Amino acid sequence: MKIIVLMKQVANKDAVLRIGRDEKWIEESDIAHQTNESDGYALEEALRLKEAKGEGEVVVCTLGAQSAKTVLKDALARGADRAIHIVNENENRLSPFQIAKTIADAIRDENADLVFTGLQSDDASYGQTGVILAELLNIPHATIVIDIDRESLNGNLRLKRELESGWYQWFTYNLPALLTIQSGISQIRYASLKGIMAAKKKEIREVSTNIENFASAQHIEKVYLPLKTKQTQMLGDGDAKKGAVELVEKLKTEVRVL
Amino acid sequence: MSDILVFIEHKNCVLNKISLEAIAAAQSIAKDLGLKVSAIIPCDKDCALAEEISRYNLEKVIVIKNEKLNIYTPDGYADAWEQIIKQTNPQYVVMAHTYQVRDFAPKVAARLGKEVVGDCIRYQNSNGKLVFTRRIFLGKLDADVTIEGDAPYFVTFQSGAFRGDNAEKGGNAQTEMTNVEVKDLRMSPEEPFQEAKASVDLTKSGIIVAVGRGIKSQENIALAQQLADALGADLAASRPICDAEWLPIDRQIGSSGQTVAPKVYIALGISGAIQHIVGMKNAGTIVAINKDKEAPIFDIADYGIVGDIFEAMPVLVEEIKKAKG
Repeated sequence: MKIIVLMKQVANKDAVLRIGRDEKWIEESDIAHQTNESDGYALEEALRLKEAKGEGEVVVCTLGAQSAKTVLKDALARGADRAIHIVNENENRLSPFQIAKTIADAIRDENADLVFTGLQSDDASYGQTGVILAELLNIPHATIVIDIDRESLNGNLRLKRELESGWYQWFTYNLPALLTIQSGISQIRYASLKGIMAAKKKEIREVSTNIENFASAQHIEKVYLPLKTKQTQMLGDGDAKKGAVELVEKLKTEVRVL
Repeated sequence: MSDILVFIEHKNCVLNKISLEAIAAAQSIAKDLGLKVSAIIPCDKDCALAEEISRYNLEKVIVIKNEKLNIYTPDGYADAWEQIIKQTNPQYVVMAHTYQVRDFAPKVAARLGKEVVGDCIRYQNSNGKLVFTRRIFLGKLDADVTIEGDAPYFVTFQSGAFRGDNAEKGGNAQTEMTNVEVKDLRMSPEEPFQEAKASVDLTKSGIIVAVGRGIKSQENIALAQQLADALGADLAASRPICDAEWLPIDRQIGSSGQTVAPKVYIALGISGAIQHIVGMKNAGTIVAINKDKEAPIFDIADYGIVGDIFEAMPVLVEEIKKAKG
């Protein structure tokens, strides 16, 4: 069984973002990056599925700049078997359809049994790559998958989708299929020293891209700090203890809950 | 010819009320651009919901019918939507950004050679061209987005972007039943279910103390609990805390947990990702304590403290006890 896991490099959660000079994206050059959170869970679930099955191959794939190799190397160290890097230095200028089309063209011939992605990226947050990709590959998809019945693998797969407000639903899919994985599906493993050493021998295949124009693309015209909808009273002036004292006073006199 | 199609989401003919927000959004766009709105209800029968929806100010209510639409599947909905869009040639297709819409809307759009401008929080009309605003980077930035090419344009709006009670009633919407074809489904759904019915109903809480990643470890939850106890508040959490099982899932606030509107909401070490904010932004008073002064939670807070929650929490407990005498 072959599982392809799509992973993306995004700005670190705690990075202080600066808006780029053309105001159409952030300044990526000077910030720390990380693997998109839900993509990490997608990899973990793929590894667990392979382990449960006792055979198979986990191939990780990213579309992004040279720096995104870090994401692939980390995935190989955690146990992925090989990697495909679709190199593109301007990934953040691509629309969801362009991203999905580029990935579809790069992985189609792999004929994977399963394709996993995280449910959305933590930067552009389109949340569409997986769904469009499934349509382009002509395979069924399920989004926001929170559990997989690993015993069910026999040409089909039983999986649990998260609905809203605490509701869930099981589906059975024919394979091949594409799943977008929700964060928290299982505990993510760390890369072992042995894994890190082994990763050095694993293949990372570079694919050069030819991005097709897409007539119906959405374009980011401008990025900016969200307009404040509320007047916030900042308390304590950077001193948390002082702020706490002031807050209790406010809860007493202005909010009147004490 | 319908100018704008709006999706009515339902389960067994019971309305998902967020669809009223989609109606309000569609009506607003219609007014700006001089278009008319029709509602689309996928169903396996002459949907009982059609009558209720026809009371809104719409041109038509169209039930798209097939026995395979009795329960939601992405394949079934994509086939049905593809046909109704080809039949009606809309300018816009407007939907609420629900989990179900996230699942099928990009598929329908892709089939028609389009994509979705998703999870918008507002739009502006710039000389007949709409500019949509989406929140990106986990709520830290906004992006103004335009879309190229020919219609139809697919747009989804975040919960709360429009108010359902602003959906205009009146008019005299005709109801149409249209049979659509649905090919073989490549997935078989079971019945949806609610997991371990929430034993804690936070929707009735007056005061909520909620913890996020900033609480750092399971042991530290006790400190937040002390604060909650002093305030007579309920303890809640953002998703990562429940994923790590530091608190049970019935304490989770946000799109995948509970949606609350207490009198006071105190967010401790919660950065304020959109998925959390949609679950608590209607609280009467929001207090945010976070060491990162750029955290998006401060954008919706009434009171903010930039600093270490571990310094603030014990002082809060002590001062609250004093204040309560």
